Amino acid sequence: MAPGVGKTYRMLQEGQQALKDGRDVVIGYLEPHDRPETSALATGLEVVPRLRTTHGGLELDEMDTDSVIRRKPALALVDELAHTNTTGMRNAKRYEDIDEILDAGIDVISTVNVQHLESLNDAIFEVTGVRVRETFPDRILDEADQVVVVDLTPEELRDRLRAGKVYPGERAEVALDNFFRQENLASLRELVLREVAEDVEARRQTQSLEPLVQQAVAERVLALVEPQPKSQRILRRAWRSAQRLDAEIDAIWVRSGDHQPTEEELTQLAALRRVASLLGIHFLEVPGDDLVDTVRKVARERGSTYIFVGTPDERRRTEILRGSLLSRMVRELPGIDIRVIADRALREEAEE
Amino acid sequence: MNVLTRRRDGTGSTRRILIPFTRGHLDKTVLDAAIRIARAEDATLVPAYLILVPLEFALDAQMSQEFERAIPLLEAVETAASREGIPVDARIETGRTPTHALERLWDAEHFDRIVVPAPAGREPGFRPKELEWLLTHAPSETVILRPDPTLRLVDSVS
Repeated sequence: MAPGVGKTYRMLQEGQQALKDGRDVVIGYLEPHDRPETSALATGLEVVPRLRTTHGGLELDEMDTDSVIRRKPALALVDELAHTNTTGMRNAKRYEDIDEILDAGIDVISTVNVQHLESLNDAIFEVTGVRVRETFPDRILDEADQVVVVDLTPEELRDRLRAGKVYPGERAEVALDNFFRQENLASLRELVLREVAEDVEARRQTQSLEPLVQQAVAERVLALVEPQPKSQRILRRAWRSAQRLDAEIDAIWVRSGDHQPTEEELTQLAALRRVASLLGIHFLEVPGDDLVDTVRKVARERGSTYIFVGTPDERRRTEILRGSLLSRMVRELPGIDIRVIADRALREEAEE
Repeated sequence: MNVLTRRRDGTGSTRRILIPFTRGHLDKTVLDAAIRIARAEDATLVPAYLILVPLEFALDAQMSQEFERAIPLLEAVETAASREGIPVDARIETGRTPTHALERLWDAEHFDRIVVPAPAGREPGFRPKELEWLLTHAPSETVILRPDPTLRLVDSVS
């Protein structure tokens, strides 16, 4: 609901309970906020070491997403979902790191304050006068299996502040007179309760749909890219189609095992990752020596129904020996639609 | 033909000419001029649509409507340039203002030249103050092109 209500504490309680139940639990990232009770509750839970980064001369800690995925626990506890990562990290936002962990088949419990929810940004500004910069998309809440409200009355929260349980002395005083005013907290509480009530109603309606029907109609787009300028167009076209289909979208670059990207390819990859991040596309870099075989595996894992691919740039010899890339894709990816993204300028050239 | 193919792949040229545009507007005469410069310099054209993100949203918020505006424009630029045999490497960048978006863009990549359309009458696009900033802050040679006011302006391409 708001800072200091006990979200991290509640997350750790859930983690301890899961550990007792025999689940493999790790702390992916914990922000103890110098609160002794919170730190104490983390005792006994394995902590994946953080990643030390430097930015503008400052040393900063971030979650080591790759290490969490490599460790492959059943459940990872990741604090502060709306956090913005240090410049230079693979993902700009922690919720994108969490997406990757979820994609690796690891359950995640995370924490977030209601004021970070993108669709409530204006409403929060109206009631508190504070424009929150770090927001996260509403889909995160929609996709969560469970949303738990950590509720505290405004009076109780202000008491916690006064007791120094949220911020130290002077900072607490300032907070009490600003963001943590009684009326602000009451409004935030009302917003969060309303949001969760709507979420519960939406889940009730969704669950009443026959799961098989949902599975049959759901589309998921997979765009095959390479570190080349033409892949920008593939991503854009795939995104437009995904918008119309109301579908999730993944992009994949299959990197052959021994291939070391050139400087130009690294620039192209960075640009592709950037536009993918802006368009909400999950970008995957997967090693593999056989493109079609790798795509087949990824498409199965991700539940892809629609593949976007650029015009193949193949050597004649490969085509003769192994069959053309497209004919192999059609043959080896049954049940998946395939769309070849052409260069429209070539069409006009052919007509001339 | 081989030369043309190599250039389309984007591997045959190393010079990169950035042509940024914003607020749903790109003047056709400016685009034509940028294509002519790219052809003369055997360069890759980098059209970049700058999406302005209001402060209430994160910089990487999903600005779907803006993307819907940007994508056809980028496609149109790509088609026009490819038709002339100019390699294209399009970008979308976000920022609070056009100059902020430009800074983010050239912090990430190098450009040898920047070709910017000057404001034309009441058309949207770059504003005089932004161009002034560009001239003093751009890390590359910058050309500001003023479209021919007698020609019809194209502000979107479907």
